[in-house]
Amino acid sequence: MKAFYIHSLEDLHELSTAGNSSLYPNRTKILVGMATCGQAAGANEVLQAVQEEVEKGQLPYFVMGTGCIGWCSQEPLLDIWVPGQPRVTYGRVTPERARKIVRALPEIQHNWAVALMHGDDNPITGKFKKYWSSKNGHKNGLPSYKDLPLFKHQTRLVMRNCGIIDPSSLLEYVARGGYLALWQGLRKHSPEQVIREITTSGLRGRGGAGFPTGKKWQAVREASGDPKYIICNADEGDPGAYMDRGVLEGDPHSVLEGMILGGYAMGAHEGIIYVREEYPLAVSRMKEAIQQAEQAELLGDNIFESGFSFHIRVVKGAGAFVCGEETALIRSIEGKVGEPQQRPPYPAQQGLWGKPTCINNVETWANVPVIVTRGGKWFAGVGTEKSKGTKIFSLVGNIENTALIEVPMGTTLASVVYEIGGGIPNGNACKAIQTGGPSGGCIPADKFDLPVDYDSLMQAGSIMGSGGMIVMDDHTCMVDIAKYFLGFLQDESCGKCFTCRVGTQRLMQIVTRISEGKGKEEDLDLLEDLGWLIKEASLCGLGQTAANPVLSTLRYFRSEYLAHIRDKRCPAKVCRELITFAIDPVTCNGCGACVQVCSGSAILGEKKKPYTIDAAHCTKCGACLEACKFDAVFVN
Amino acid sequence: MIHVTINGLSLEVKKGTTILEAAQFIGFPIPTLCHEDGLRPYGACRMCVVEIGETPRSKLVTSCTYKVEEGMKIRTDSMRVQRARRLLLELYVATSPLSKRIQDMASAMGVREVRYDPEPPKRETIAGLQLPVDREGCIQCGLCVRICNEQMMAGAIGFSGRGVQRRVARPFEQTSELCRQCGACLYACPVCELRCAGPQPESTLCSGCLNFSPVCFQSYEDAMCFLTPCHACELSGPIRPDVKIRVREPKFAR
Repeated sequence: MKAFYIHSLEDLHELSTAGNSSLYPNRTKILVGMATCGQAAGANEVLQAVQEEVEKGQLPYFVMGTGCIGWCSQEPLLDIWVPGQPRVTYGRVTPERARKIVRALPEIQHNWAVALMHGDDNPITGKFKKYWSSKNGHKNGLPSYKDLPLFKHQTRLVMRNCGIIDPSSLLEYVARGGYLALWQGLRKHSPEQVIREITTSGLRGRGGAGFPTGKKWQAVREASGDPKYIICNADEGDPGAYMDRGVLEGDPHSVLEGMILGGYAMGAHEGIIYVREEYPLAVSRMKEAIQQAEQAELLGDNIFESGFSFHIRVVKGAGAFVCGEETALIRSIEGKVGEPQQRPPYPAQQGLWGKPTCINNVETWANVPVIVTRGGKWFAGVGTEKSKGTKIFSLVGNIENTALIEVPMGTTLASVVYEIGGGIPNGNACKAIQTGGPSGGCIPADKFDLPVDYDSLMQAGSIMGSGGMIVMDDHTCMVDIAKYFLGFLQDESCGKCFTCRVGTQRLMQIVTRISEGKGKEEDLDLLEDLGWLIKEASLCGLGQTAANPVLSTLRYFRSEYLAHIRDKRCPAKVCRELITFAIDPVTCNGCGACVQVCSGSAILGEKKKPYTIDAAHCTKCGACLEACKFDAVFVN
Repeated sequence: MIHVTINGLSLEVKKGTTILEAAQFIGFPIPTLCHEDGLRPYGACRMCVVEIGETPRSKLVTSCTYKVEEGMKIRTDSMRVQRARRLLLELYVATSPLSKRIQDMASAMGVREVRYDPEPPKRETIAGLQLPVDREGCIQCGLCVRICNEQMMAGAIGFSGRGVQRRVARPFEQTSELCRQCGACLYACPVCELRCAGPQPESTLCSGCLNFSPVCFQSYEDAMCFLTPCHACELSGPIRPDVKIRVREPKFAR
């Protein structure tokens, strides 16, 4: 591929043609979902198998990797696109099946296929690229993506290119309308006009705090100080949250484009993307994208011949959740210990190196190109009155469809869990949903008519946060959940302020005591008092929200805490000190499967006769419960 | 000049003044632990919190680090502030039960019981030293680190680790060449004082000097101590023998 430069609208159009011939070639295209989630499920082996088959048979097919389409429970995903045919998605593909699928082309293996696509939406242009209409013939019986509850309630604005383009291809990004917004911004709008569009759109920070983005941009623009900086917060520390990872891996240029536009609007010429060290694929994709943009002169001096110059570099985190907090992040970039600072002064006035700095989340930046091409007013038409646009959520836990979803603000929790998520597997009942990561709280199932937006969840004692959603069924102990998040926060607290450092430690001690059946009723009042203190008097957001997991579970599941205290019983049968494992002598046929896996050598008996568990040696690991095929092991 | 209101009184101060400085100027007392004139404000102990703004948008902020803003309404002793101080001191006494200064602050604020189990002392043997060394009760106020860095210009000690692992430490656990043995860290420490052994009704002395041991990481041959009887002892000594103060006995062996 010879070097190309993008200096004008004509250049964009010319390269779109090249990109389109890669997106929709005249030959069969095979895509493998190669985001981190796919790779973790085995996509590397699937890709290798496909490549080997194609090479072996000298087959005229294009093979490439793509980003996360969001259907994580079906990974590894394999997509086949035959020109003139719908795009067919195969789920839970093994390398063996992949070979069979490739060999059988263009025939579709229906029993392994999960959905088909008629065409691709393009939120940048507002157009739909149809590559197959049902008049074309064969009935597959395969559902279309648009008919699946998981996808039909989604509006993919930020994840517009994820799963569609090759994230390593700048041409494909351009073919999908990429950098059109940048051209419009630099060549047709003034910086103030760009800020006006963002303000009109009602976009609010997607990192969790939800501060109006237009207001922040305006403040940075007006702040005195030179030079100014743009930062993209890609630290994403919440356990179970990978929204930003999906965008960084699947569509890296969308973030760059948003940042350059931001720099133009605010008068900054340097951008930094702070990615957590634990995202190696995201780091390499972003670095690759920056290199491509620099080569095409979309980054550098005189972008689009507007006279505006901008440079971006990647800085890696060093393994601290607290560095997702903006002031700690800035300290980390400066090479100092990642300890949050008091605000005011806010980074907009005194940020990196003491200069005006705009720091926004990945998802916020990726929204910017759509707002610029479609207009702020159009964007404000999506979502609710106070929360505009869409939000990406990582829907995980006890849910049928583990997925990365993007829905309009205002979608109810019930819709997310039961329609999009497909409900709870194994016929269990839903107990609660944990939102907002360690700073959030648990919302019980009877409150699922709440809409998801910045304000409604806060009134219920949780927050929307950066988008983590952990669904819990009735086998989850809420005291145990509080303990888990406290352990996390204790580990990740920077330790500077007394209330957070010692407060979380003490909360942990008390909740651990309760989970072991050694709690007293006065402990619940103490938890509330201490939780209040930590919330009121801590220095940064991590500390101020550190008590939320305890306070919200206490608010909605107080009876569970009381059962642990009064009855020394864990209703969900999770807390180790309070449960015992036993074998039903009637059901047990003496097969001995449990003895093989017992970690404490606690199962006694002889073959073909019912076994018993010696409580003194039982470590309560639960291996016997999993191993028994006759349901003879039960928990008290 | 910036106009603010503290506890209903109007005040005019220079830009850049902290709320603590403004309150001290007008004479309103605010308790502090990690604050020291002459050292840069740190904001770690949280004792100096005051309430700013109007309900329902009011919030607690540390007065030592927060600079005044035009029209700010400050309350140094509201219900919320008092509750925060009492809860804080309860935690502090549990963290550092042998600190006279903290025990005094707690009784002054009306803390009548401590619902946490007191921290047991940490015993640590540092390579090169024969004696096990106490690091008990360190509240990480940072005064020792800051006086070493900012006043003594030595920078021989600092903070190491994150979260519960955070502690005052020497670089790589070795006494730095930069340490001039000046003792400023000892002097600055709010915990490193007379050990409070609780009221001893049968004698006038509080017996603190018998239990004195510095809470830093090296032993000094000449200790610098500042003995003053504490309130509990004053009240239960020859002055007021009829008043009994209930102080929870530290539940660990020495």
